[in-house]
Amino acid sequence: MEGPLALLVGCFFASAVYLMLSDSLIRILLGVTILSNAVNLLIFTAGRIVKEVPPIIPEEAMVPPFATANPLPQALILTAIVISFSFFAFLLVLVFRAYQGLGTDKTGKMHMAEEPGDPVPPRGY
Amino acid sequence: MAESAGHAAVDVASAMVTAPIAPLDAIIVAPTLITLLFGSVLLMARKRPETQAPLGIAGLLFLTAATAGILARVVTGGPLTMTMGSWLPPFGITFAVDALGASFAFVSSVVALVVGVFASRGLRRVESRYGFYPFLLLMMTGVCNAFLTGDIFNLYVWFEVMLIASFGLIVLGNSKEQLDGAVRYAVLNLLAAAFFLTATGYLYGALGTLNMAEIAIKLREGVPGMPINTITALYILGFGMKAAAFPVAFWLPASYHTPSPSAGAVFAGLLTKVGAYALLRTLIMLMPSEEALYDTFLTALAIGTMLLGSLGAMAHSDFRRILGYLVISGIGVILAGLAIGTAEGLSGGIFYAFHSMIVMSALYLASGLVGQLGGSQDLRKLGGLYGASPLLAGLTLTLVFSVSALPPFSGFWAKILVTEAAMVDGRWWLAGIVLGTGLLNALASGRAFTQIFWRGGPVGTPDGAEKSVPGEIAREDRAVLFGSLGALTLLSLVIGLWPSPLMRLAEAGAAGLLDPTLYIRAVFGGAS
Repeated sequence: MEGPLALLVGCFFASAVYLMLSDSLIRILLGVTILSNAVNLLIFTAGRIVKEVPPIIPEEAMVPPFATANPLPQALILTAIVISFSFFAFLLVLVFRAYQGLGTDKTGKMHMAEEPGDPVPPRGY
Repeated sequence: MAESAGHAAVDVASAMVTAPIAPLDAIIVAPTLITLLFGSVLLMARKRPETQAPLGIAGLLFLTAATAGILARVVTGGPLTMTMGSWLPPFGITFAVDALGASFAFVSSVVALVVGVFASRGLRRVESRYGFYPFLLLMMTGVCNAFLTGDIFNLYVWFEVMLIASFGLIVLGNSKEQLDGAVRYAVLNLLAAAFFLTATGYLYGALGTLNMAEIAIKLREGVPGMPINTITALYILGFGMKAAAFPVAFWLPASYHTPSPSAGAVFAGLLTKVGAYALLRTLIMLMPSEEALYDTFLTALAIGTMLLGSLGAMAHSDFRRILGYLVISGIGVILAGLAIGTAEGLSGGIFYAFHSMIVMSALYLASGLVGQLGGSQDLRKLGGLYGASPLLAGLTLTLVFSVSALPPFSGFWAKILVTEAAMVDGRWWLAGIVLGTGLLNALASGRAFTQIFWRGGPVGTPDGAEKSVPGEIAREDRAVLFGSLGALTLLSLVIGLWPSPLMRLAEAGAAGLLDPTLYIRAVFGGAS
């Protein structure tokens, strides 16, 4: 199961990078979301992935008799999902507000903070 | 671990901390409680602007007292730890603080306190109404806990807490410039956090632990077949972006000049230093062998960062953007200390981080007053401010000396330490660049000073023709604004004249990174 998942994570990373290289803010935003999903899947794959093994310990044993899925990565991902989802929500509002305020969603045309062709500093008094 | 116990009876008591924690040691969670409590109360009181400043400053005072207590406890009694839910590490989430974390937390809460006092008079109405103080307090939750946590996944969580609060701070005021800066800041910092989380995922996959002390033990023993190069590279990239290291620093000068002076001051003072701290912690304490492997690369990174910062500061004509580049240049010096990697180099880098926190925050506050008096941040439009406020001119000149590392101010000793460590290590060229960028910084900041304060007026105005300046600082605000700016400036002077206490702290921090035995013993206190 790890193999296909690793391939999927790779595809996610590739498409995230592709989208983030775009000059349109909404594509960058989608790229960031896909990237955080890629990272979550990566952590998920790092925990043992096993099929339909209930983590039940027999009465006479102290540990499960066979390998079960590791619950910790899932707890980590849960935290990461909550964080990335809230960040996505914030970014969505920010980008919409920037689109309203600046009148464009193209990164190449947003120069309020950094004027293109800023003149050199004065050389004398 | 549970698996290794096999079928033998598991004694649950051996996985729990049974000894009660000393009551005073619980102070390690005080910063979390104080900032979260005050942050949420302030958030609830956001519609009553008159409560914001007093409550916020009170919260920051408590925070400073708590971090001072932690620092005192760590200096006298060694590293301090606390594990949540009584589960022994590595099962429970650990708070662990050594001299390095405690001193970073203390210096940052002092800086936040002074900026909080400044903000009580330096904020525009719209900013105070929409909650500067709640965001500041919640950002301090992230900043302090990033220094105090002993769990690498928790470090990620605190990074995100800090980030989301700083997003709030940077858009406060809602101008077009801020929206533009915030987009750059938010996207690139999220990207850095994603790299950090990726590296942490790999690290967990390879080691099966997130506890920093246990990671340090396991990596020192060596784990065959783990992708340690990938992990280290991702950590350097993620934390390097956060710390604004070359070549991933360009988001900083594009965004740090847009928020209000008070927000800019905490950003410049604290946020990049958290990235630098995380680099120190992971590269030196967790993976010392990889630091040696990446030695040349880190040196190149440090040189690139110093040069980018200094040359960028030379090339700009906006005062606050010049300051943004000076922040980057300072990060370069910290990275130089990290790249040298000896006890002397590291303590120099750590000392420089303390100096940079104080001085860069103070310079951003000064830029706020310059903007209020001169009505602009553009060197071409400013001038004659000496006549308007000799006191501001004096304080700014002091800070300019300090940021150019001239004696007797705090930057001097830090640079001496880094330079000496570089020469002892045989890297005279690195020492040369540290000193050379100091000269460039002196030129850039000195030029900004002369053009803002000495020149009679805007470009083209003849000297001696004192023109009236457009703005003024209200009389009733002066004491608070100049008092807080003066406090940071005085702190820089005191450190410069009497550097030994802070230097001892920096040395203790570096020693703790190089030999984390005490840290590990403190974390596993009950277990081993």
